[in-house]
Amino acid sequence: MKILATIKRTPQRDTRMKLTADGELITDQVQYEVNPFDELAVEEALRIRDKVGGEVVALSVGSAAASEQLQTALAMGADRALRVEFENGLDPLQIATALADAIRRESPDLVLCGKLAIDDENGQVPLMVAELLDWPHASFASKVELDADAKKAQVTCEVDGGLEVVEIELPGVITTDLRLNEPRYASLPGILRAKKKPSDVIAGSEIADMPEPALRVTGYRQLPPREQGEIVESAEELAEKLIAKNLV
Amino acid sequence: MADCLVVLVPGAEQPSRSELAAVGFGRQVAEQLGGHCDVLLLGPQASACGQAVAAYGIGKALVADHPDLAQPTGEALAAAIAHVASAADYRLIAASATTIARDCFPRAAARLKAPMASDVVEIGQCSADVLRFTKPCFSGNLLEELELHGSTALATCRASAFEPPAASDASADVQTIQLPEKLAHPRKRFVEAKRTPLERPELTEADVVVSGGRGTKGDFTPLEELADVLGAAIGASRAVVDAGWLPNDFQVGQTGKVVAPKLYIACGISGAIQHLAGMRNSKVIVAINKDPNAPIFEVADYGLVADLFDAVPKLTAAFRAARQEQGAAS
Repeated sequence: MKILATIKRTPQRDTRMKLTADGELITDQVQYEVNPFDELAVEEALRIRDKVGGEVVALSVGSAAASEQLQTALAMGADRALRVEFENGLDPLQIATALADAIRRESPDLVLCGKLAIDDENGQVPLMVAELLDWPHASFASKVELDADAKKAQVTCEVDGGLEVVEIELPGVITTDLRLNEPRYASLPGILRAKKKPSDVIAGSEIADMPEPALRVTGYRQLPPREQGEIVESAEELAEKLIAKNLV
Repeated sequence: MADCLVVLVPGAEQPSRSELAAVGFGRQVAEQLGGHCDVLLLGPQASACGQAVAAYGIGKALVADHPDLAQPTGEALAAAIAHVASAADYRLIAASATTIARDCFPRAAARLKAPMASDVVEIGQCSADVLRFTKPCFSGNLLEELELHGSTALATCRASAFEPPAASDASADVQTIQLPEKLAHPRKRFVEAKRTPLERPELTEADVVVSGGRGTKGDFTPLEELADVLGAAIGASRAVVDAGWLPNDFQVGQTGKVVAPKLYIACGISGAIQHLAGMRNSKVIVAINKDPNAPIFEVADYGLVADLFDAVPKLTAAFRAARQEQGAAS
């Protein structure tokens, strides 16, 4: 089974991103990592490979900086890395177009993607990829049961109000939710081995049918501040205040 | 023409608050564009719910049911939406950012080769050429301003950020429309739904939310008693869900549900940014935590530094007494 996991380079989780007075993002002090949801995708890909055999390819669209995150995926255990070379700033449909093109070249059985990237928080790219390839998808997976012989995956999806189980015939796209697994840390031998693993680059100019950008980020703003609250001394005082304000 | 189309996949004959909030969002954009806001209703409840939605100041209600929409997959919904959109000339196709919309809108956008905005919380200046929206980003830490170009765009909106429109006596046309024979993907099959039984109001629809974090140590009994007195929904931080104390659909936060109730009572929640992203727009926030330095106090209107197992039962008792007094007085 050939499994492809998509990876985005995003600021470390729990980073409080700040703006300059002009509303520009301050990025000099920011540390980056593999988008946490993509890390779940890599982990799931490795677990499936270790069970049924095959190959895991880590795929990213981005500048050379994203190589660092692809190295992390290789250190976790992925077999190969592939990067489609683009400066950052593509919109979701453009990223999906680049990924779909690379996926066509690789023709994997399964593509695993994080359900969301924690920077833009769009959650669009994986399903756009599925549509461009005309593949079925399963979103927000908390459990993936793969039947490698029948080339099917039964996926438990975390939806509003509970769980839904769907079955897709491969090839297909699955997006990962938080409870799918606990990603492993890269071991020191893993990190050393990663350096010798193959890592290829596809030039952005080779991507076919790239659409014009249609979604543009024009600026950032701080959240409107909340008014300073008050600290009350006891539960009784708290109850009185809430009752007095007709809140309960 | 610059009209909007709001998509609903109703689960009942009456639209929910979050569905009406999407209609409110669509109407606001349509007003700026000088057009009207139609509503597309899909699935077994479409027809009945279409009659109800027709009273909310919309252009017309388009209703469609289809065998592939009985248990709709994202693929089938995307195909239906793209079919309706390509037959008309809608500038914006919108829905509330539920898991149903997240599971079909990006596919519909790719099919229509149209840009999409996710989780819109504010509407900027919109014209036929460009739509401007604001949405949260970076774990809800900042807001991002977007422009959507092209002739059609899609957007999901945060229901908590938009008001449902008022119903009127005037009723819009309800038209039944035909969908293509095949909607579902031939290689996808719905197997089963496992719904969490609801004993309390739904999180995103409730006026009051009582939420627990790691400080509960998995014991939600005092919170449930408080929620019962207040008619509140129960919520949880990600730590609670990760520990397996409650199912994922109780989770409030960037990766869970985004709520904005009139009153949010956070018990034993430290206030990680991804949790704050899910509740910081609540009207009044109460925080009860043993740690005076917990970040939750930064967004709280009322903070109480106390052990929740001590404080929450006292709150419950005080509210119960106040209710009884009210009951006796009336």
